[in-house]
Amino acid sequence: MKKQAIIMGMLVTVQIFDHQSTNEDIQEVFAYLHYIDQKFSTYRKDSEISQINRGEINNLDYSNEMKKVLELCEETKKETDGYFDINLNGILDPSGSVKGYAIWQSSLIFKNKGFKNFYIEIAGDIQTFGKNEKGESWRAGIQNPFNQKEIIKVLKISNVGIATSGNYQRGKHIINPKTKLPADEIASLTVIGANVYEADRFATAAFAMGEKGIEFIERSKNLEGYMVKNDKIAVMTSGFKKYL
Amino acid sequence: MRKYLQITFVLGVFGALVLLRQLKGDDAPIVTPNISSQNPTPASIQNSGMTQPTTMPTMGQYKNGTYIGSVQDAFYGNIQVQATISNGKISNVTFLQFPNDNRTSQFVNSQADPILSQEAIQAQSAQVDIVSGASASSQAFQASLADALSQAK
Repeated sequence: MKKQAIIMGMLVTVQIFDHQSTNEDIQEVFAYLHYIDQKFSTYRKDSEISQINRGEINNLDYSNEMKKVLELCEETKKETDGYFDINLNGILDPSGSVKGYAIWQSSLIFKNKGFKNFYIEIAGDIQTFGKNEKGESWRAGIQNPFNQKEIIKVLKISNVGIATSGNYQRGKHIINPKTKLPADEIASLTVIGANVYEADRFATAAFAMGEKGIEFIERSKNLEGYMVKNDKIAVMTSGFKKYL
Repeated sequence: MRKYLQITFVLGVFGALVLLRQLKGDDAPIVTPNISSQNPTPASIQNSGMTQPTTMPTMGQYKNGTYIGSVQDAFYGNIQVQATISNGKISNVTFLQFPNDNRTSQFVNSQADPILSQEAIQAQSAQVDIVSGASASSQAFQASLADALSQAK
């Protein structure tokens, strides 16, 4: 069963190959994602994060989910030597990890229902579990940052998350916190992690590091990466080939 | 992640081994003494080592036979490999010398600089379940590509 919805202004795709799954199960995940959008969307004036940024909510009154995500972001900031920083000029923007967080939490909803074979994708970030329709590992393509109609790598993945950071499609939305300038040293960086939350947050941070980002991924346990430079040369970590 | 660090470190020394990359997915046995063989693809090529071919080399451009490389000092020990070419392709690579016989060298290996490999990007088959991109859409991608391919027929 495959369902799609536009949530958070992005295309959400869910596919499950477990016979007991129902449309209601998928709608439950979509409802959760709407809830996350209401909390964390910086595009919505009525979201909790927007209210926080307008100084309308005392930090003692943040929702539990907000506190949790902000704590996680702080943790990521420390783990990435400040390259992941949701605080830009006094405005909080946790978007660099909320998508991964939301996909991962949604996956846990399915896992708790006993589903074993599914993926959840939000706009290019994906969590996979189990096998695809053919009983094989999921085949995930890496999009060509210079030609979005093309894929430049096909990966066989299962029970991992994958996320790609780049400034080619949504404008230069990733800022290097050190320079406060848009990160544009590389074209894209794809990260595979133990789950999509890990992949997303470290892809965001490592992308902001520029060409050094792939070295950060190489040094990080349980992360593999594929970086595409502006000269159309790709650089990959030493363990990346196990997914080919 | 660093399983083949030692191997990749030295690959730059052996120009003949550039073809290792061809082994990706092949059934050709690769002998890597004392190394876990979960991933039998020691095909990473050091970033600064040698120029990676931008396209896959034509099959069968090497002469059949067994070739032994020179002994190379890999800082933490010596490395020497033997490559066997059958039907113009590398069919086997054996490490005749490998610096993994004491704990210290293994420790040093694991502390070495990141070993990255590189390649020119190339369009691949669209036969995928999903696409990872910067805020990309799998479905739009696949539909678009299918359309492009239909025009190319």
